[in-house]
Amino acid sequence: MHKIREKAQLSPNVTRLVVDAPRIAEVRRPGQFVIVRKGPGAERIPLTIVDVDREAGTISLVIQAVGKSTYDLVGLAEGDVITDVAGPLGRPTDLLASGHAVCVGGGVGTAVIWPIAQALAASGVEVTSVIGGRSREWVILEKELRTTGEVIVCTDDGSYGRKGFVTTALDEVCREGGVDEVFAVGPVPMMRACSEVTRPFGVKTTVSLNSIMLDGTGMCGGCRVSIDGASQYACVDGPEFDGHLVDFDSLSDRLTTYREFEQEALARRLACQEA
Amino acid sequence: MSTESEGVQALSGEQAVPLGRIPTKQRLAISRQTMPERGAEARSHTFDEVNLGFNAQIALLEAQRCLLCKQPHCVKGCPVGVDIPAFISRVAEGDLAGAAERLMACNTLPGVTGRVCPQETQCEGQCPRGATLRGVTGQPVGIGYLERYVADWAAVNVTGIPEPAPSSGRRVAVVGSGPAGLTAAGELVKHGHDVTVFEAFHSPGGVLVYGIPEFRLPKEIVHREVDRLVKQGVRIEYNAIIGRTFTLPELRKDYDAVFVAVGAGLPVFMDVPGENLKGVYSANEYLTRVNLMGAWMPDGETPVLSGKRVAVVGGGNVAMDAVRTARRLGAKDAVIVYRRSRAELPARAEEVHHAEQEGVRFDFLTAPLRVVGDDSRWVTGLECRRMELGEPDASGRRRPVPVEGSEFVLPCDTVVVAIGTRANPLLTSTAPDLNLNRWGYIETDDEGHSSMPGVFAGGDIVRGAATVILAMGDGKRVSGAIHRYLEGLPVS
Repeated sequence: MHKIREKAQLSPNVTRLVVDAPRIAEVRRPGQFVIVRKGPGAERIPLTIVDVDREAGTISLVIQAVGKSTYDLVGLAEGDVITDVAGPLGRPTDLLASGHAVCVGGGVGTAVIWPIAQALAASGVEVTSVIGGRSREWVILEKELRTTGEVIVCTDDGSYGRKGFVTTALDEVCREGGVDEVFAVGPVPMMRACSEVTRPFGVKTTVSLNSIMLDGTGMCGGCRVSIDGASQYACVDGPEFDGHLVDFDSLSDRLTTYREFEQEALARRLACQEA
Repeated sequence: MSTESEGVQALSGEQAVPLGRIPTKQRLAISRQTMPERGAEARSHTFDEVNLGFNAQIALLEAQRCLLCKQPHCVKGCPVGVDIPAFISRVAEGDLAGAAERLMACNTLPGVTGRVCPQETQCEGQCPRGATLRGVTGQPVGIGYLERYVADWAAVNVTGIPEPAPSSGRRVAVVGSGPAGLTAAGELVKHGHDVTVFEAFHSPGGVLVYGIPEFRLPKEIVHREVDRLVKQGVRIEYNAIIGRTFTLPELRKDYDAVFVAVGAGLPVFMDVPGENLKGVYSANEYLTRVNLMGAWMPDGETPVLSGKRVAVVGGGNVAMDAVRTARRLGAKDAVIVYRRSRAELPARAEEVHHAEQEGVRFDFLTAPLRVVGDDSRWVTGLECRRMELGEPDASGRRRPVPVEGSEFVLPCDTVVVAIGTRANPLLTSTAPDLNLNRWGYIETDDEGHSSMPGVFAGGDIVRGAATVILAMGDGKRVSGAIHRYLEGLPVS
């Protein structure tokens, strides 16, 4: 049982939950995730470990409410418990030792970028973050990222920071030169676009893939992604891969496998809520 | 069978009598009792258990068929060494409590093995009543059916837990709560060791729960056997992934001995084009969604694609489980695609028979070449090629060779790949001192001791994909070695 210690709304549909998970807090490294099952009968869903507090024995999870299971999770209150939290899963981020890294976060993907930026800055790497959202209230973790270095904020509507997509800002930073690695996490089209921006510059680009998972230990193979033409498992070989080698078409397509089911489940849930 | 006249009943009628008092000739005259089954049409739409179990009268008759051999070969055929004549003779005498006591002394999971063991190649395969005489094959005693009967009786009627053994002061970690791990835990706790089982999932049972479908092994049976172990003092830690949450060397430091029984793990895919299309599953994923996550239940929150035309590639028990599941999820056409012929099917005869009864089709001598999809990348078919059998290969089975020009597309919307598993490196990769063979399975000596002192292993992570009962046999044998190892440790 994992008690929820804190709950905070980061954006209109992004919530941060701080939950008890002392062992995971102790051994987790940046880039790793957990699989959470809210209670009996619930789905198992992968969530990035955004931060840990080893002394308090807690981990922070950032959840975007998009389907029934995530709505159910963010519907929990402080003091409630989550039945199952399994992890830490996945390979930790392969952190460069020195130089200049650009961390690009789109929407809730910024939550995945934050622990990476934190670890890089702690080891003396120069960090520039480029984060984006639809408008001002969708930009998350800006204050936290500012502790790691320069932050460029982009909004689609220009209501905050620069108007435009993160890719434009990333392109500019790359043009200035001296970028050793780019970490880009967000919706699939954004990660694909970022990888295309960096390709001509020959800058190593790492993306974190959110494919559909069940066990998180390599057992089901459902999270398989095509990397440079070969199947790899996001849960044990990833979740981070070389963005220049990922078959994004196949990834975004496989993510739609259960769309119909998800839409129905969400509609039923929302109908129940109204009733 | 013609040797056994259907009409002959035990002369003792329905009375429980010590077997010795019934003349052998009379016992020989009783024919093997059939397992009552749910009707094939009805059951192919439900996940309710297919086999319904014996009632008291049928069980009595079946028990009276046992000849109480002086040299009970059946016991030698049992990987966990159940004293079969002892429990069966008690059934015949009407002493079910005694039967349960004898059965459970040797077998931690009798409700499970009574349902899923391939008895025909083990205990029952050794029964002299199954021997072939004058060209006619007899029918062995229904040992598995009786085991199930006694286990189910005990689940209702035996509530007491054996007196706990005095504490040995030794701590053992068991990695994995599948058949090998649970069996070992049950044996070790009987010796007074403090046993903690680490399970990666949120629920115990391993393959018994994620792999074997409800209609063959109701999850309630597994849970009741696990509950009994917990009452005996076994602790289970869920969501504990060894190799991630803890490493094997860490466990070794905290426990006096470790038993690694994590199963085989990784699915093998066909390595043909189109395998990442939507609608292609590994059997592991397909069955886990349905069994562990309950996707078959009306209120199941985990989705599974319920295809109308499902092709399952492979011919083993897992393939049969998958294809029978597909029928129950509503597939109009559920077909096994197998590259060899019927004679080479590795699945149990009973599973194949049940699948056929339920309307499953078999495409023998057929090998997939690629998965075909539409513009939205949904599966629309499986392109296959016909095969014919050539010379025997290394396994002694005739090698399938392609028939040129025989390519065709089998229309389907779902493909389930059930062609085997490989060793999962998650645990072993965090234990550099653990010797592995070239396929990644853990190397052990005859007693299950690995290259790491105090670390033992058994089940599929040692032998490769095998059966529940062989894994349980390992759990039992290796737990004996662990006990001897612990007794030999210096007193701290």
